[in-house]
Amino acid sequence: MSATGIGASVRRKEDFRFITGKGQYTDDVNRYGQAHAAFLRSPHAHADILRIDTAAALAMPGVVAIFTGDDLAADKIGGLICGWMIHSKDGEPMKAGSHPALAQGKVRYVGDHVAVVIADTLDQARDALEKINVEYAVLPANVATANATQPGAPVVHEVAPDNAVYRWAIGDEGATQAAFAKAAHVTKIDLVNNRLIPNPMEPRAAVGDYDSGNDAFTLYTTSQNPHVARLVLSAFIGIAPEHKLRVIAPDVGGGFGSKIFIYAEETVCVWAAKKVGRPVKWTSDRTEAFLSDAHGRDHVTHAEMALDAAGRILGLRVHTTANLGAYLSTFSSAVPTYLYAPLLSGQYAIPAIYCEVDGVYTNTAPVDAYRGAGRPEATFVIERLMEIAARETGQDPAAFRSKNFVTSFPHQTPVIMCYDAGDYPASLAKALDMADYANVPARKAESARKGLLRGVGISAYIEACGIAPSAAVGSLGAGVGLWESAEVRVNPVGTVEILTGSHSHGQGHETTFAQLVSERLGISIDNVSIIHGDTDKVQMGMGTYGSRSGAVGMSALSKALDKIETKAKKVAGFVLEASAEDIDFKDGKFSVRGTDKEIDFASVALQAYIAHKFNGQDLEPGLKESAFWDPTNFTFPAGVHICELEIDPATGVTRIDRWTAVDDFGVVINPMIVEGQVHGGIAQGVGQALHEGAVYDASGQLVTASYMDYSMPRASDLPAYQVGMTQTRCPSNPLGIKGCGEAGAIAAPPAVMNAITDAIGHEDIAMPATPLAVWRAIQKGAQRAAAE
Amino acid sequence: MATVSMTVNGKLVSRDIDPRTLLAQFLREELRLTGTHVGCDTTQCGCCTVHVDGKAMKSCTLLALGVDGSHITTIEGLAHGQELHPMQAAFRDHHGLQCGFCTPGMIMTAVDMVNRKGTNLDDQTIREELEGNICRCTGYHNIVKAVHYGAEAMAGTTKAAAE
Repeated sequence: MSATGIGASVRRKEDFRFITGKGQYTDDVNRYGQAHAAFLRSPHAHADILRIDTAAALAMPGVVAIFTGDDLAADKIGGLICGWMIHSKDGEPMKAGSHPALAQGKVRYVGDHVAVVIADTLDQARDALEKINVEYAVLPANVATANATQPGAPVVHEVAPDNAVYRWAIGDEGATQAAFAKAAHVTKIDLVNNRLIPNPMEPRAAVGDYDSGNDAFTLYTTSQNPHVARLVLSAFIGIAPEHKLRVIAPDVGGGFGSKIFIYAEETVCVWAAKKVGRPVKWTSDRTEAFLSDAHGRDHVTHAEMALDAAGRILGLRVHTTANLGAYLSTFSSAVPTYLYAPLLSGQYAIPAIYCEVDGVYTNTAPVDAYRGAGRPEATFVIERLMEIAARETGQDPAAFRSKNFVTSFPHQTPVIMCYDAGDYPASLAKALDMADYANVPARKAESARKGLLRGVGISAYIEACGIAPSAAVGSLGAGVGLWESAEVRVNPVGTVEILTGSHSHGQGHETTFAQLVSERLGISIDNVSIIHGDTDKVQMGMGTYGSRSGAVGMSALSKALDKIETKAKKVAGFVLEASAEDIDFKDGKFSVRGTDKEIDFASVALQAYIAHKFNGQDLEPGLKESAFWDPTNFTFPAGVHICELEIDPATGVTRIDRWTAVDDFGVVINPMIVEGQVHGGIAQGVGQALHEGAVYDASGQLVTASYMDYSMPRASDLPAYQVGMTQTRCPSNPLGIKGCGEAGAIAAPPAVMNAITDAIGHEDIAMPATPLAVWRAIQKGAQRAAAE
Repeated sequence: MATVSMTVNGKLVSRDIDPRTLLAQFLREELRLTGTHVGCDTTQCGCCTVHVDGKAMKSCTLLALGVDGSHITTIEGLAHGQELHPMQAAFRDHHGLQCGFCTPGMIMTAVDMVNRKGTNLDDQTIREELEGNICRCTGYHNIVKAVHYGAEAMAGTTKAAAE
């Protein structure tokens, strides 16, 4: 391993600009003559718009224009789309209600977009918003996930009269029924997976610009996937053809899924730039972010697990109602279906699984992928069931998991996925050791002496990452392929520019991608630039989500580097007067096998461009190659997290005492960065378990729309984490990488809740387990004990 | 319009502004010092933290006119050219940042923390003192580490400066 190659904890190349305040985020972009947009948002969860009167607002100082849905429609600007078709179990296609960027006649959630004011300054735009007079006929709101499809519930979209987007199922119902019929024990659970609001620290923003001389648009936007944004804005929404629309996602301050999607605001800004003949800028404030960023999770689930007399799992059946909000966001339909149920087998050999999912409309913000996207929900179901089943049958939770682990590979689950590699007992053993599991009883006794309740919870998670084989996802309804692209441009002096379709919004690609290049070409990472996030520079790409940049994006880069090496060997062969087949390439030097003749990489690069040593008809001058990598399988990162916590029964306050994470991510490029991803994921998972929850009241008002009301985990809420790793190489990509970005957020919630329920002695508590919720659960437990 | 003057990163600046202009807006839009970020506009996330007369304050809820005549230091004023402030260097060395958006505020808070609490900071103190700064990426583990080592490094530079 070289100091900057694969496996080295290299300091990040991108950090200098961030720590000196020189990052360039979308809100830092200012175009000459720009105007500012502010959106009028619906104050009602559900209402007909009877009239919009903009006259007084138009007369306000600085106002340039005011647009409504009618203006978009007049320009034939299409609605926002959902790019994944799900079919119900009866074969019916999902019921997608129309989703105009600015409302047309109806608003469907608080925060829905009614009109936009464009003014010289942001303050003027905001002042004018208050002068727009909208007459609404308020309708009853459909808010609660569990009740969304009940007879008589307010109808969100006419196309779905019962508010069901789809009623989907996966697995073998008959085989699962048979498994339950012969069960010696059945564990049942009702779970709510609480609704979350992603909250990257950088709020969404957009700057639209129009060049009338070339009839071309530029959109700066906070996107995890600028090419996907361009594709949707061009092909579906109809802003401009792709060659006339440049999308730039510069530095992006976190995404966690919420910046995958194509939203109303960027659509309106880029369209309006042409309408008003000026660049148009919008930056979300935090309350707008709470109201209108796509939310995450929000499942109501009943699940049952069948066991035989020996404690082996026979079957699993699950029914989930998934709240998709008021409109189908870009990938929302896939999240509670194909990103969820195929992970219900967990790390376990389960012969029969059947899962039904009803996706439902409500008068709440759209719900889409948030860190983990479906996989945290699946892990919560299976890992809560495992813990409870172990408790009910009197088995040690670790031993019970061990007994049911998948131990041979490949392993075909009953729900699509074929696990290719892993060593689940190894992760568990290492985690138990690091967590000092053997001494938990002693520590519990010590806590009890202090009047505190100590609990320990295990979560053995698996996820499907490296999203995803294009043909496979196409067969499941995806509207796009999920390959990735890379281009390697070697300059005549031997420095290298990498263009990647992956997008970094905190993941450190400028460092890790450079490490791969350094390793392969034997050059310093200082001589490598990573270029991403600009559709005029990078030809095409699918972006970053689903822990795919390493497994898919770097595999594309690896493939392009293979081509560079092949071409460079040919050049070296001409220079060294040898056959390309006799050229070896190692540590940045090309040598003729069996001789001392050699030439370094930079010299070969120069020779490739001056083209004096070979005939340009036999070998093309230059050294530039590109590649697309389409994965052959998902990747399957897996591991074990153990949470140990103490609860003060007098206050319900929970303190996490120890966190142990042992993850198998396959080959790791930069352990420092990977551990950082684990830390951040755990924090979001602990946030879900202990702090965070989006709350709508019965009328559909979001009552958690600021940091005063929505509890973001802070430094003092979280422990130091012990992070360890095991490694099985991923067999389906050239680098052996599985992906690490979502693991913590997937593993953490059940680890916390298994620990809390262990501490309080019963299972009746939901997330977020706030001090009040924990205190109440303790009282409930005491009352039950007294009654018995 | 009203005239406001202040010293920002050692330079005296004076501008005619709308009286409701916030300090964060003034820094970002008038002076184009875009390293000061706005993450919540309600003084809860700390992304906009700057130093006003040597004390960490959140610039998203301060009126620019309210700090007329003050000395302001922003993240851009912390390093001397390529020579980083020890706290900046510590954030890089200990991977105390991912997306970088909360980072300027974190660093300004951390420097202020050392100024108030000294250079020998235990983890619990650091975690409690970071109460007004939210990070969504790092889970704080490496930020705590960075502040700890940054504080130690500041002790070194203070000592060196005194010698």
